[in-house]
Amino acid sequence: MTTDPTSRHPHSVSQHRHRLLRRIGSFASYTGLSLIALLFLFPFFWMVSNAVRSNAEVMAVPVRIFPEEYHWGTFVEAVVSLPFGTFLLNSFVVACGVTAIVIAVSCLSAYAFARLKFPGREGLLLTYLTTLMIPQVMLVIPLFLIVSKFGWINTYHGMILPVAFSSFGTFLLRQFILGIPKDLDEAAMMDGASRLRILVTVIIPLAMPAIGLLALFTFIAQWKSFLWPLIATSGVEMATLPLGLTLFQTQQGTAWNYIMAGATISMVPGVILAIVLQRVIYKGITVSSGFGGR
Amino acid sequence: MSQSAVAEVSLQPGRPRRFLKPETQTAMLFLLPSFLGFMVFMALPILASLALSFTNWQLISTPSFVGFQNYIRLFTVDPAFYTILRNTLFFAVEYLALNLVISLTLAVWISSLKRGKAIFRVIFFLPTFTPTIAASVVWLLIFTPDGLADTIIRALGLGLPNFLLSSSWAMQAIVLVTLWANVGYNVVMFNAALDLVPKHYLEAATIDGANAWQRFWRIRLPLISPTIFFGTVMTAITSLQIFDEVFAMTRGGPGSATATLGFAIYQKGFTNFQMGYASALAWVMFVMIMALTILQFHMQRKWVHYDD
Repeated sequence: MTTDPTSRHPHSVSQHRHRLLRRIGSFASYTGLSLIALLFLFPFFWMVSNAVRSNAEVMAVPVRIFPEEYHWGTFVEAVVSLPFGTFLLNSFVVACGVTAIVIAVSCLSAYAFARLKFPGREGLLLTYLTTLMIPQVMLVIPLFLIVSKFGWINTYHGMILPVAFSSFGTFLLRQFILGIPKDLDEAAMMDGASRLRILVTVIIPLAMPAIGLLALFTFIAQWKSFLWPLIATSGVEMATLPLGLTLFQTQQGTAWNYIMAGATISMVPGVILAIVLQRVIYKGITVSSGFGGR
Repeated sequence: MSQSAVAEVSLQPGRPRRFLKPETQTAMLFLLPSFLGFMVFMALPILASLALSFTNWQLISTPSFVGFQNYIRLFTVDPAFYTILRNTLFFAVEYLALNLVISLTLAVWISSLKRGKAIFRVIFFLPTFTPTIAASVVWLLIFTPDGLADTIIRALGLGLPNFLLSSSWAMQAIVLVTLWANVGYNVVMFNAALDLVPKHYLEAATIDGANAWQRFWRIRLPLISPTIFFGTVMTAITSLQIFDEVFAMTRGGPGSATATLGFAIYQKGFTNFQMGYASALAWVMFVMIMALTILQFHMQRKWVHYDD
């Protein structure tokens, strides 16, 4: 770890002491940060630790850090006795549906804004951008009215379509496409390719990092989403996982161990994505904060 | 640009049916799905929300125009409004300040490490990828009476009440949970920005005799200030909208101690069915967000450093 060139000169007392101090400092730094990280992870531990207890033990006083008995069956019981399977399916359908539409729509509009010339382009782009500041709760009431007028309450399209037109996606992909050399489009055009063909065969493959990031963030945002599903659905059959967790929180005799099992299940996709794609996320955030800061 | 396109079209008298250039036609085709979605699910709702805010619509009756009555009622009659406003601002200010200090500290700390950065980044990022409601119910269990939080408070002899049952401490629980759930995004973003600071700047400063503290304040902080600015604006915008945590943990209580604007809009609209009044509240929130964002853009000249 201490590979700086000065430490190679041996037998100097002051350098020796310097090296020792650095090692102590580095050790303290890792220890401190690890302690904070453990504190950060603790709620996750608490969730799983209570998911595998009997409900009586969850409420027992005094509190025990580790369960007295391990009831691993809670996960199965939770999924079977409460419709967590339905919640899981609904969450997947909505998150995947929104992500697919956001990607398709944003690719088309981003290409139009980045490469095609048409009257009113800058004005339209600015209008799209301005709406990024609109708070979600402001749209929720009229969206509810529109969706109920269409008869879309408690339907997948009612949950998906109103949130699937992201001007953020258009803007993010446009910025990325602007960075792709125009020569590539022109070469393809010489070969007689249509604009759609250019988009699909030239631009989209090159924009994959940005598209992947947009897909990841859209999926996670929808997976976490609570307010719109809460308003666009009623009852149990169309509930997503976050909704399911609160539906059972208000019932009499709350089954905390089942809720904790449900919360654990609802976290799994996010945890897997965060770990597997950590490099992509890190790079993506660099890109997206770069454009945002300008 | 739009003028030249129009000019070209009108200068082609030989082909009067060719309204638009082929490129424009392609563009319109490509933009059609996004534009339709934008009109139906963005522009129309915004206008509808504004219109609704001038009515007294309660969902069952037919809406009637009441002018500025909703807004006047908000600021002069409704005793709850100032409580809600105070709660929202209190939350936003405390949360924003703590989020920035904590995320910046952790980001600097992580970027000082030689190895293992990725592990720490993932750990602090995990809650960000967790549904807020799932995070909130876990914390609800932690704060349950005689639960873990009470046990710790008693063991440390802090003499604090149960947070969620105390009107003076409930908001602190909301701040804590929101911090835990969201601070990771800024940690990763600031860490990425710090890692992008050119090494030779820092080396040059070290040779000139600058210590670690000076290198941070004089070099690294100014160089990442655009990213901090971006993080501040985004965090401020989202914190004024706080809803999920309040809904899951306190439903605005105890009393109205944690009732924020976001929660009040939901409650007025979807529990009391006062759509007009709730829309007026939503526009108050929008104006606050706009004002804050404009203020931040105005102030950035004083502290944000752009390396052009």
